Parts: sequence; C-alpha cells; structure tokens
Amino acid sequence: MDDLYREVILEHYKNPSYRGELDPHDISFEDENPLCGDHIRIDLRVDENNRVSEAGFSGHGCAISQASADLLLESIIGKDLEAIKALTKQDILDLLGIELGPVRLKCALLSLKVLKAGVYGVGETIDLDADE
Amino acid sequence: MLQREVHPGKRLVYLDSTATSQKPASVLQAMDEYYRLHNANIHRGVHTLAEEATAGYEAARGKIAAFIGARSQREVIYTRNTTESINLVALSWGRAFLNSGDVVILTEMEHHSNLVPWHMLAAEKGLRLEFIPVTDDGLLDLEAYRKLLELQPKLVAFSQMSNVMGTITPAKEIIALAHAAGAVTLVDGAQSVPHLPVNVRDLDADFLAFSAHKMLGPTGIGVLYGKQALLEKMPPFLGGGDMIKKVTLRGFTPNDLPHKFEAGTPAVAEAIGFGAAVDYLSKIGMTWVEAHEKEITAYAMERLSEISGLKMFGPTAEHKGGVTAFTLGSIHPHDVAQILDREGIAVRAGHHCAMPLHQRFNLPATTRASFYLYSTREEVDRLAEGLEKVKQMLG
Repeated sequence: MDDLYREVILEHYKNPSYRGELDPHDISFEDENPLCGDHIRIDLRVDENNRVSEAGFSGHGCAISQASADLLLESIIGKDLEAIKALTKQDILDLLGIELGPVRLKCALLSLKVLKAGVYGVGETIDLDADE
Repeated sequence: MLQREVHPGKRLVYLDSTATSQKPASVLQAMDEYYRLHNANIHRGVHTLAEEATAGYEAARGKIAAFIGARSQREVIYTRNTTESINLVALSWGRAFLNSGDVVILTEMEHHSNLVPWHMLAAEKGLRLEFIPVTDDGLLDLEAYRKLLELQPKLVAFSQMSNVMGTITPAKEIIALAHAAGAVTLVDGAQSVPHLPVNVRDLDADFLAFSAHKMLGPTGIGVLYGKQALLEKMPPFLGGGDMIKKVTLRGFTPNDLPHKFEAGTPAVAEAIGFGAAVDYLSKIGMTWVEAHEKEITAYAMERLSEISGLKMFGPTAEHKGGVTAFTLGSIHPHDVAQILDREGIAVRAGHHCAMPLHQRFNLPATTRASFYLYSTREEVDRLAEGLEKVKQMLG
C-alpha cells in the first residue's frame, strides 16, 4: 500500500495518544470541515510560562485528519503559544511525512486550523499559507 | 477510458457515474467533427458553416425533445446544467409569479441544486418552504405530502431519483396530486433522465431539469423542459444576443421560444455532443438501461450485504436506481474511498451535495457506489474485494 497510509499514520489513527477532552482546560476550540463532515475539538492546558502542558483532541474524521491531530498535539507539548502561532501547513506535512492532493490537504490541516483559532482567540483570521 | 489502468496493474472500476458518466466514442467524435468541419456561430451567419452549425445545434434539440417526449422542440431550453435549469425557473417563473407568503414544497432528499435556488428566492420574496419528509427506509412520506398540499402550494419541486440513496420517487402521483391542489411542478431529473425512461407527457410535468454530462454527454450543457404555455408567460432569464427579436437603445423585444432563454453564443459543440449521447441511449433503449442497472444494483446489494460492518442506506432494490450509499463500521468514507482508489476503484465519499439528507439520518458522510449501462458484475466483485482490504487496513 502506498505512502498515504504509512505505518506512522495508521498507528496514530488507531492508537492515538492525545485523544480525549480536558476538563478543566485553558483553551478550547472546535471547528468542522463541512465538505467531509469532519469535526475536531482541541483542548489545551497552559502553564504559567504560556507553555502547553497538556493537550487533547476529540471529534470524528478520517484517518488523515485524526492522525494529523494526534501528531500535531504530540509536537506542541512544552511549546509556548507564540511558537504555535508560527506553525504552518508545511509543519503538518512534515509531521505526516506525505504529499497530499488539494482535497485531502483540508483533512490534514483541520487540526492546525482549530489549534490556531484556539490560540489566537475566535474572530482573528488565520492564513495557513501565510509564510509560503 | 474504462480499460485504463489508474494505478500500475489496477484497471479502472468506475463507480461514480452518478457524479458524471463516462462518454462513448460517438459523442467525442460528434464534437470533434463539429470543430474540425462545421465550427461557426449559430443563427446569424448566412455562410455555409453557420448554416451547418445552426442545423446541428437545432437537430440536437429535436433529438432531446423526442427523447423526453416533449410536444415540441420549442419546449426544450438549453442551459449549462440541471442547476442552471432550476435557477432559470426560480429567477424567471418564480420571480414573476410567486409572492410573499406563497408556499413552495420541496423534499428532504433534495440535492443542493434544488434547495439553494429556493432558499435564495424565499429570502428575496418571503416565501414559505415546506419539505416532504423522508421515511426511515428512504422513501417520501406521501401521507405527509397530502397534508402539506392543504397549504395550497404554488410549486412542488422534487427529485425523481435521489443521488444518494437512489430512491425513485412516484413522480406521476406527486405531480397529479400537486395539479389537483393547483400547484405547478418542477421535476429534478438529473438522475432519472440518464437512468430511466422519462416521458414528460406521461408524467404531465410542468418543468423537467437535467444535465448532459450524467447521460454520456459533455459537461457545460443541460436542458430545461417546460410546457409551452408556461414558458410563453415567463420573462427572459438572461439578457443578450440571440434572446431578442429587436433591440433599440432604450429597449428590446424578446425572441420566441426557445431562444428567449438562450442569451449569448451557446455551447454549440456540447449541444451536438448531447444529441449524439441521446442517439446512443435511444439506440440501446432506456428500458434496457434501467433493467441492466436494476440487475447490477441488486447484485451489488447482495454482495455488499455479505460484508460485516457494512450498512447500506436507502430503500430496497425495487424502489431504487443504480446507486448505493453505505458506511463501513466506523471507518471514515474518505479513507474508504482513498484505499479503494489505490485498487483502481472510483467511488464518491462525502455528503454528495445533500447535507440535509445526511443530517436526517444523522450521518456526517457516506461512501457511494453508482452504476450505469457500462457497469459489470465483475466490477461489483472488485468493489467487494476492495472493501475487504479497507477493513483489513483500518478495521
């Protein structure tokens, strides 16, 4: 089978480490991709230095969106919020280690979109392509 | 195309004809020949090419009129597709004849193209939209429909075949009941015209909308059929060349039917390709097409029901056309479609432009396999094998 369902993606899809809701949490945001009905919520706990101490995602979606959410949360533990604001589309693709067509790209980027919206606060526009 | 290998060693199994059909050589040839030998603008030129182009464009209209049993080819308006045809009814007939408070009846199984034009018009005019409910087994609730008719609707607009569940609706009965209540009827034939024998006189439909590309023809051309008396009363839809009889600086006189609704240079090659597609279907016979799809669909439903964890939506085979939508355990439809693609199998995943219907069944998305006259039992077997692979990988 091809790269799209690489072992690392299947592993994070089937056995996610960061699946679950955090209650209480410091930051929470959810959004959906209406095209495929994927829905992701991300909860974060942040320490006194503005660094992420705990993270969890919930919702439903395809293997790509779920694996990318798990990989993303894994990568941000210990990072400060400013570093999260600087994450880009390429960071997600590097985590997944695959090339994606335009349709599946949306699946992969949903968690980043939700995460950034949470960190920035609702209402701020987010341009995932900002530094490309 | 259908012999093509989409991935090394994986021959294409095309199960997405409900989205768009593949095209026979005769359709491609007709369009190619038009561009190579006859290309000219229609209706105005007096030179030989212009006459040939006009003749080809109008001959195709005649073939389409005969194919759906229209009384006259003046009742066949070329549009871009089903969506534009429905918008034409909303923006021309609807704007002229619907008023604040008027009731329009739609159904819960409509494609977005037969919902959004009415949402837009309802917002503009203050219309009241009502919906015929869908039962748990994927049929229209006709009892509820009879009750809704007591609201004295001005229009009943419904799909003759669902693009998700394949449900074939009792169009003749729905139309007769609507007429008895004094309503005009619009049939969304995007799925029914390609797959079933459809005769507008037998149905007594007031409007019928359909697209060429779902019935072996090219993209970019569709048809609005309308009863002549209704079309005559309707104001033009778009303004421009060809839709006028006479223009002065301060006004115009609209052209006669069907040209009144065809502003600007139309899709001539596509119309000619549409004519060739209709020839192809007429030669095979729509009764054969319908019977073939029924057989393949029944076989597919039998094979798919053997797969544990697979759940199909919609009515039993006798009430439906060549479409089956399903879920496979908790595996997301995108993953199902993507892994099937690696096996060379093309299916659709998502809500198939019918979000309200998916909400009705509480599903974010489904996977859909659809069949056409070129679908075979071997392809259904490949689908079943592919689905077993999906389960192995993600189950």
